[in-house]
Amino acid sequence: MAQKVLTWLDERLGIQGVYDIVFDRNIPKVNWWFTLGSASLFLFVIQGVTGVFLSVYYVPSPDAAYNSIQYIMNGVAFGWLIRGIHHWGATLMVIVVFAHMLRTFYYAAYKYPRELTWLTGVVLLLATLGMGFTGYLLPWNQRAYWATTVGTEIAGTVPFIGEFILRVLRGGTDLSAVTLARFFAVHIWFLPAIIALTIGIHMYLVIRLGISYIPKKDD
Amino acid sequence: MAKSPHLSRKDFVTATVGVLGIFMGAIIGIPAIGYLISPATKSQEGEAWIPAGPLENYEIGKPTLFSFTRTKINGWEKTVNSYGVYILRSSESETDVLALSNICTHLSCRVTWEDNLKAYPCPCHDAQFDIMGNVLSGPPPRPLDQYETKVEEGILYVHFMEA
Repeated sequence: MAQKVLTWLDERLGIQGVYDIVFDRNIPKVNWWFTLGSASLFLFVIQGVTGVFLSVYYVPSPDAAYNSIQYIMNGVAFGWLIRGIHHWGATLMVIVVFAHMLRTFYYAAYKYPRELTWLTGVVLLLATLGMGFTGYLLPWNQRAYWATTVGTEIAGTVPFIGEFILRVLRGGTDLSAVTLARFFAVHIWFLPAIIALTIGIHMYLVIRLGISYIPKKDD
Repeated sequence: MAKSPHLSRKDFVTATVGVLGIFMGAIIGIPAIGYLISPATKSQEGEAWIPAGPLENYEIGKPTLFSFTRTKINGWEKTVNSYGVYILRSSESETDVLALSNICTHLSCRVTWEDNLKAYPCPCHDAQFDIMGNVLSGPPPRPLDQYETKVEEGILYVHFMEA
């Protein structure tokens, strides 16, 4: 029965072909370091799902942000769990994405024909750091406020246009409700959209080109 | 291949994965659903005797609106709700007081006493209640709700209860 349903669907959707290409592709003999890309993708999905759940209760305004998180932690069933996963998952994702970059670098997997995979990976690494930076402000507690004060101030040290960058980041000269709202928008719309799109390109390239083998001594 | 009476390796793996899958689905799914429906599972009891001022302030034979507010905590903020009660005294007696909720029993719009109509029309779906709160016309399923009242030292109290 299940087989009949699958056959019916496959005749119309051609999923078997997609499955063969995506999951049944040939790979060289590699080691556990080669799982970091999948781990990054998994963490992105986890962060996305828990983030969507957090947005049910979180309110990005100076009046409500802190209290709405207190409510998530103490008032909502399993709120501590959802926020905990999002909080620790964020740290883990930065570590895993960074380790994934290091593996690619040390195995020289960025060389021809995989330069574009590397470049999209650079976008993904920076976007992940951007998620960390914007997400850090959202709890709107002392640590968040001062971390963002310092972070935007560092951006302000860029020669000539630093002052302008600082004002763009903060949405004005001060850290304010405008800053919180734009960090929130970047955190839940702009960067996730960029990351999702870039992951699509990145994975298309991985599947199209296959993964590199581990370099030997005389390579 | 002859059918073996024993569970094949493939069937065993399929069954194990299935059981583990259901188990993991429950571990993820139950907190997720609990998280979403959490505020709906908490109800706050609202019950109090609200002082409505001296009884003698209320004119006999004419419904008079008495308004008050109640504060609740919803999530991270205080919610202030306004309530209206129509007080109708039919005689000088302290027990002859009718306190009607102004919430229409159809879909909770607020009704207002209209002296020229001698009725409580509801603005939403053209319902009308008479002076005692009975349905005259329109879709409401039951008369206007009544509150318990008492008089202590000349002060009228309305027994507020959250519906």
